[in-house]
Amino acid sequence: MYIYDKYDHDILSQRVAQFRDQTRRYLDGSLSEAEFLPLRLQNGLYVQRLAPMLRINVPYGMLNTTQLRRLARIARDYDKGYCHVSTRQNIQYNWPDLEQVPDILAELAEVEMHGTQSSGNCIRNITSDQFAGTAPDEVVDPRPYCEIIRQWSSFHPEFAFLPRKFKIAISGSELDRAAIQVHDIGLQLVTDNNGEIGFKVIVGGGLGRTPVIGSVIREFLPRLEVLNYLEAILRVYNLHGRRDNKFKARIKILVRAMGADVFAEAVEQEWQQIKESPSTLRDEDFDNAKAFFTEPAYETLNDDAVQTALEQQSADNRAFSKWLERNVRPHKVAGYAAVTLSLKPTGIAPGDITDGQLEVIADLADQYSFSEVRTTHEQNMVLADVKKSDLFALWEAARSAGFATPNIGTLTDIICCPGGDFCSLANAKSIPIAEAIQRQFSDLDYVYDLGDLDLNISGCMNACGHHHVGHIGILGVDKKGQEFYQVMLGGNAGNNASLAKVLGPAFGADDMPQVVQKVVDVFLENRTEEELFIDTYQRIGITPFKERVYAKAS
Amino acid sequence: MPKLVKDGAITEDQWTLLDKPDDSPEAVVIPAGCVIVPLSVWQAQKDSLTHRSDIGVWIDSDESAFDLGEDASTLPLVAVNFPGFMDGRAFSTARLLRERFHFGGELRAIGAFIRDQMGYLSRCGVNAFQFEDESIDLTEAMKSLNDFTEYYQASVNQPQPLFRRRSA
Ligand code: HEM
Ligand code: SF4
Repeated sequence: MYIYDKYDHDILSQRVAQFRDQTRRYLDGSLSEAEFLPLRLQNGLYVQRLAPMLRINVPYGMLNTTQLRRLARIARDYDKGYCHVSTRQNIQYNWPDLEQVPDILAELAEVEMHGTQSSGNCIRNITSDQFAGTAPDEVVDPRPYCEIIRQWSSFHPEFAFLPRKFKIAISGSELDRAAIQVHDIGLQLVTDNNGEIGFKVIVGGGLGRTPVIGSVIREFLPRLEVLNYLEAILRVYNLHGRRDNKFKARIKILVRAMGADVFAEAVEQEWQQIKESPSTLRDEDFDNAKAFFTEPAYETLNDDAVQTALEQQSADNRAFSKWLERNVRPHKVAGYAAVTLSLKPTGIAPGDITDGQLEVIADLADQYSFSEVRTTHEQNMVLADVKKSDLFALWEAARSAGFATPNIGTLTDIICCPGGDFCSLANAKSIPIAEAIQRQFSDLDYVYDLGDLDLNISGCMNACGHHHVGHIGILGVDKKGQEFYQVMLGGNAGNNASLAKVLGPAFGADDMPQVVQKVVDVFLENRTEEELFIDTYQRIGITPFKERVYAKAS
Repeated sequence: MPKLVKDGAITEDQWTLLDKPDDSPEAVVIPAGCVIVPLSVWQAQKDSLTHRSDIGVWIDSDESAFDLGEDASTLPLVAVNFPGFMDGRAFSTARLLRERFHFGGELRAIGAFIRDQMGYLSRCGVNAFQFEDESIDLTEAMKSLNDFTEYYQASVNQPQPLFRRRSA
């Protein structure tokens, strides 16, 4: 994991001092509300329906246990004892006092954390694959690249007042687990025929009110040039992105208006001018970055032996075997596995976690996973390096702490934004809908039988809950002051990214569990043996679902 | 005489800023003395203005450094305007003037920028700051120039990014 040196610490403590002074000037009236707004946003502070909301960056989802314990302490001392894992791998507090935010940031800085650029019209936290460095399908470990780009984007003097927010995601594996096609820039690490490492560059994806799958503007960018090339993209966007209408200000609108080819050409021209600048990386720079992400001290283990033991344990214990099937993933090192801790038990807002649970996870990570934890964009947490022989003990401990719900990747592993309970932009509540659906599908065997099924809920078209890329997407809408929900089907966030299609007129909250039930029924009646929901949907189309859901009661 | 922050000190402003004309930039009469003219006026009257050494040009946020281009290096002063402080195009414009067009004179921020942007502006090559709001306490505002002592990226002031200096 990246460790701060004196430079990083100095920069961050100067940032805390700067924000402390800005907050002081705001509170004494010398800094206006309008001027304070972007400054507080760029330190993570929103002002929400009920209280300020503070968003803390978790760079590409990596946390150590010292940081986790600090997050727990802050939840306890400054908030109501819990926090929230966001769909961009960040941590959010819902109830801090504005006056205390500089103190919270100072506490975070001590453990190398901050809220810098977690909101506002700037380059946001870089997100990536939660299984980075451990996944068997990994081509290149994305974390050193994430860190290089994190540093480049932090306090960038030219790009702090962009037309709109800017999100970058990086994937280094065959399967895209970072949703790179729906980011402002998606970077896919690839190798060319000579084994040279580079990036496939995707630009102009995004969700929000105008969902777009990004366009590839460069098939292979040599890795040495990545900062120059990013600078070229951002400069073209900063100068040409629309500023007259905030709903048309994202880069996706610019790329569409110019055409991806013309946009790519503009970037190419700018890049040619700054190519080989001092920001060009050298092999040693990658080596320096990589040195922070070396493998932990894995033991040499006999996979066959532990596998046999595991099979015995799962034969004896069905609950354990379900957990193994859903929450445990293969690891590139023999004898190890990656474990997802579910933050989606029924009745808890998806992604919410208490101070005590954070500390339990820290203890488990110290004991079983080299003191590291990752957050996922599906709003769960991961222990990425667990010995298979420890899985049973880990499962028992996780179960008693409440995050061993064996539902990862299933219908009840719902991605859900804070919605009307917390967010002032919401059209409708989203958390109670998630809960009602989880209750409708409380029979775990039934849910397993459905297989992988992503259900995503947003409380308004800003799409913080990724509803466009859920196999089933739910969007809160407002009709004459009443909360309604639009259902959409067929979205997909991974390699074959696609945007969901609207099923038809919206429903009231009370109808939602039954509506989802009917959608699932149509799937069950039509699926072939090996099909997942998304496959059946793609084969039979939306019509059978529509007919069932809107059938007149006879 | 109004004051401004230049090269880290408060000084008297010698320059008069000329507003954009509604139309006919070629017809605008340019007074004697140090005058900062709008880009359109410069473009329309360049032939008669080039012999003067007391003419600067200001670029609005929807205009481009490329429209001034190589002319920049012949001028003593170029200003970049902030119609509103959230309009961040001037950051790129300033950097292009310095790095692409090798402008070495006074690069001035004008308009509605705020003191909290001075650090970033300075790293983009701006060395003079003229606030639209003349009531601003410049001694106070100048403190924002020193918020940070170290930076990750390359910039006009420090062309070597931190990763090169760190490993040196
Ligand atoms: C509660 C306060 C929040 C507010 C006011 C808020 C506001 C917004 C707005 C206005 C957008 C649309 C931006 C655009 O299209 O240009 C957006 C998008 C988004 N937000 Fe939030 N959000 C909030 C919470 C969250 C949370 C809790 C998460 C994670 C669970 C989140 C993740 C996202 C994501 C992933 C997007 C989509 C990015 C895209 O458009 O490509 N937000 N948010
Ligand atoms: S999707 Fe809408 S309701 Fe949900 S958090 Fe985002 S802005 Fe708020």
